[in-house]
Amino acid sequence: MDIFLQLTVSGLSTGMIYALAAAGFVVIYKASDVINFAQGDLLLLGTYLIFLSVAQVGLPWSLGVAVTLLLAVAVALAVERLVLRPLVGEPIISMIMVTIGLSSVLRGVTGAIWGPNPRSFDSFLPAGDIVLGPATLSTARLLSIPIALAVLAGLGLFFRHTRDGIAMRAIADDQQAALSMGISIPRVFGVAWGLAAVSAAIGGIMLAGIVGVSPNVASIGLRVFPVVILGGLDSIAGAVIGGAVIGLLEVYVGFYVGHGLNLVVPYVVLVLVLMVRPYGLFGKEIIERV
Amino acid sequence: MSLDCGVFHTRYESDMGLRPRPLQRLRLGILALFVLVFPFVASPYWLDLANQVAIATVGAIGLNILVGYTGQISLGQGAFMAIGAYTAGLLALNFGVPWGASVFAACVVTAAAGTFFGLPSLRLKGLYLAIATLAAQEIVEWGMTNWTAVTGGTEAIVLPAPVLFGVRLNTGFNFYWLAVLAAAGTALFAANLMRSRIGRAFAAVRDQDVAASVIGVDVFRTKLLAFATSSFFVGLAGAMIAFHRNIVTWERFTLSTSIVFLAMIIVGGLGSIRGSFLGAALITLLPALITNVGRAIQDTAPQAASLLPYAQQAVFGVVIILFLIFEPRGLSKLWENAKDYFHVWPFAYRRGETRTG
Repeated sequence: MDIFLQLTVSGLSTGMIYALAAAGFVVIYKASDVINFAQGDLLLLGTYLIFLSVAQVGLPWSLGVAVTLLLAVAVALAVERLVLRPLVGEPIISMIMVTIGLSSVLRGVTGAIWGPNPRSFDSFLPAGDIVLGPATLSTARLLSIPIALAVLAGLGLFFRHTRDGIAMRAIADDQQAALSMGISIPRVFGVAWGLAAVSAAIGGIMLAGIVGVSPNVASIGLRVFPVVILGGLDSIAGAVIGGAVIGLLEVYVGFYVGHGLNLVVPYVVLVLVLMVRPYGLFGKEIIERV
Repeated sequence: MSLDCGVFHTRYESDMGLRPRPLQRLRLGILALFVLVFPFVASPYWLDLANQVAIATVGAIGLNILVGYTGQISLGQGAFMAIGAYTAGLLALNFGVPWGASVFAACVVTAAAGTFFGLPSLRLKGLYLAIATLAAQEIVEWGMTNWTAVTGGTEAIVLPAPVLFGVRLNTGFNFYWLAVLAAAGTALFAANLMRSRIGRAFAAVRDQDVAASVIGVDVFRTKLLAFATSSFFVGLAGAMIAFHRNIVTWERFTLSTSIVFLAMIIVGGLGSIRGSFLGAALITLLPALITNVGRAIQDTAPQAASLLPYAQQAVFGVVIILFLIFEPRGLSKLWENAKDYFHVWPFAYRRGETRTG
């Protein structure tokens, strides 16, 4: 039972990081119909930026987090303006390939600056363990869950209540109508990329605190796909539920079944969801069908 | 199939011919001559690169049949090549099948697997199909490394070198002829395929699937046929990779392989055989070029060597992005533009003047 509890906490905390990455993916997809294969690399950028500002430059934590978020947003805005905007209205294959190209550039640049070896530094998340009945739980992992949930809830509130959030929903609903109501589409696309960068950077900062800084972080980018397909491509709530389910499934299968099956089980789920319910748990039931 | 600028056909034969004009035949002749002379003058290093380009051309044409001609996005190229390579390798190693037969078997098995993975295209298209093929890639990748009893897991499979007419094809020079033959054959087949009823059906499904079904194209059957044809050649490329170095390892067939091949057809030109070749050549030679540059500046900048893999990765991404933004139809279109310019020279129409005037 204590092992089960530990697995659950570990799975949920991983799942919440998936959810943060997936939420960024969802925001970009919702606003601009772009499928972002570089989401994992935005996460990677977040981990390296916090490492740069706290461990290398020596800023205090609060300032470091702020600098990381600002730089991540700046990168995302530049990417949106320089790379994505010239391609508005191009076929899906171009959109997929351009974000893949972007991912390659980000990985090349971060690799050239910080090298292939994992780095570690003192986390802002407390390092100790909490003993809860029979189980020993990592405080960092336990704390990361409410932080992620708060950020995701903030994103949800943003969509529901702010002017930009509502504009984004309007564009997702009907781009022509939104345009004729005076909504600035370039602005909304920019906000979407900025938010995706913030969400991914927070995920990256927490990852840096939990598992350290390493180039492998980028592989989470591919885990985003099972998560968003399960939750629904255009739903933040779906990203949270999907992230939790995939995260838990991975640790349970990894522990109770083994054989490296935890690496493949998310994709099996993905295929099953695509067969049964392609729009996911919370997605709009509009899907390109043949 | 675009019309050439400034060319007016007066006979059906010339309209339907693959390369009807004397100048086109001349260019083909020059290319053939180059291909024939090249191995006698090239160093082993360049021969090896040429073999890689030829193999990549086969794979890129295969992928282009699916993505460029039929419009079905596939991120599973690596998985299909793996199926081809492992089929050929395991048949040759464990059952002593002659290499020619095992290569053919690899093509057929990959075509069957491709058809199976094409089944989701019945219900899914665009983005969802891309994600489904991504999942297929991950699942096959897992199978390669974990189904140890069959694939040997992460261990490499070592094969006997293929023998043709008593000549062992274990040198770059000997393998070259086989690779060039395969690439030329694939190109010829694809060119003719696109002139056929089936090829036209592929293009119709890509451009407007509803309209295609209205004029009597069985959309689902056509898509499956595209998956099968495409995978046949992708399997051939996989089998050639197996026999090129006489070794099969899972690292050659990961998701990044799929991405590299997609990059080839994007950079070369979607739906173009010439583009498949040009893209395969550029994307294969680019890392080699960067490595050479790195070696050249090693003395002045000693830290350059450790940055090489990252430079390759970043340049690869930049090339994709630049082509998508500035020339989405790829190298093939650039070549056409150059050709058209010289064809009507000195009366080329100048874009700037007509726009302002």
